Amino acid sequence: MIIALIIIALLILGAASAAMLSRNLIHSALLLVGAWAGIAAFYLWAGAEFVAFAQGLVYVGAVSMVVLFAVLLTRQGATRAPVEYDSIKRAVFAFIVAGGVAGILIGAIMGSPLEGRLPSPTPSVSVLQLGLLLMGPYAPALLIVGVLLTVALLGAIVIAAVDKPEDAP
Amino acid sequence: MSALQLCLIVSSLLFCVGLIGALARSNTILVLLGIELMLNAANLNFIAFWRYGPHPAAGTGMMFVLFSIAVAAAEAAVGLALIIAVHRHRQSVRLQEANSLKG
Repeated sequence: MIIALIIIALLILGAASAAMLSRNLIHSALLLVGAWAGIAAFYLWAGAEFVAFAQGLVYVGAVSMVVLFAVLLTRQGATRAPVEYDSIKRAVFAFIVAGGVAGILIGAIMGSPLEGRLPSPTPSVSVLQLGLLLMGPYAPALLIVGVLLTVALLGAIVIAAVDKPEDAP
Repeated sequence: MSALQLCLIVSSLLFCVGLIGALARSNTILVLLGIELMLNAANLNFIAFWRYGPHPAAGTGMMFVLFSIAVAAAEAAVGLALIIAVHRHRQSVRLQEANSLKG
């Protein structure tokens, strides 16, 4: 159980850090797809199957395609132009800040009394229960998310669309 | 070390990897992807606390992660549309060159 978690964690963290350090944008996007698939594997490990499939559909399927389209649409000139690092100073400060945040978070996690919790057996929330929850107590939130997605996608189209003044009436 | 602590440490490290990406890189797409990674780290925390919390049968953590994924998808769509719009105006995806409001 723990071994599987460690393997999944190494997959996620390795793919994510390689993506963030890579100089090739396409490699970054594809490595991030690997990291998102690893996160879906983590959800499967934790027993949240429906969330794992949602992660797979939304991130591995949809967001990765949008990212790849953005990479292709914003590509200038040479096909294999590397994304250069800007300044050593910014990178050093970023590592210092991230290291500090990691130190604070891990110190807080190790210092909190979390061991008292019993390792409960794998909880099983079936899709039927999730559907009843979504249609019952969470129905207003579901409606709001639907409206939010519609507005966001319409806004994305409006922002990204080419406005040609000669076509205007 | 309990499994809950291991999950939390993994999500903290993932958050920090995303933070490095958002702070150190100047390509707008990579910054947005770093922010996405940080959001995913928060989702890992929700699932970990749901799994090892006192009431795993309630399913509250799963609900929260589902809505969080939906909002993250909307954010990614709008963010990448903004990147394309900025690229059309400036012919560049570097953050340092997107420094004026009226393009």
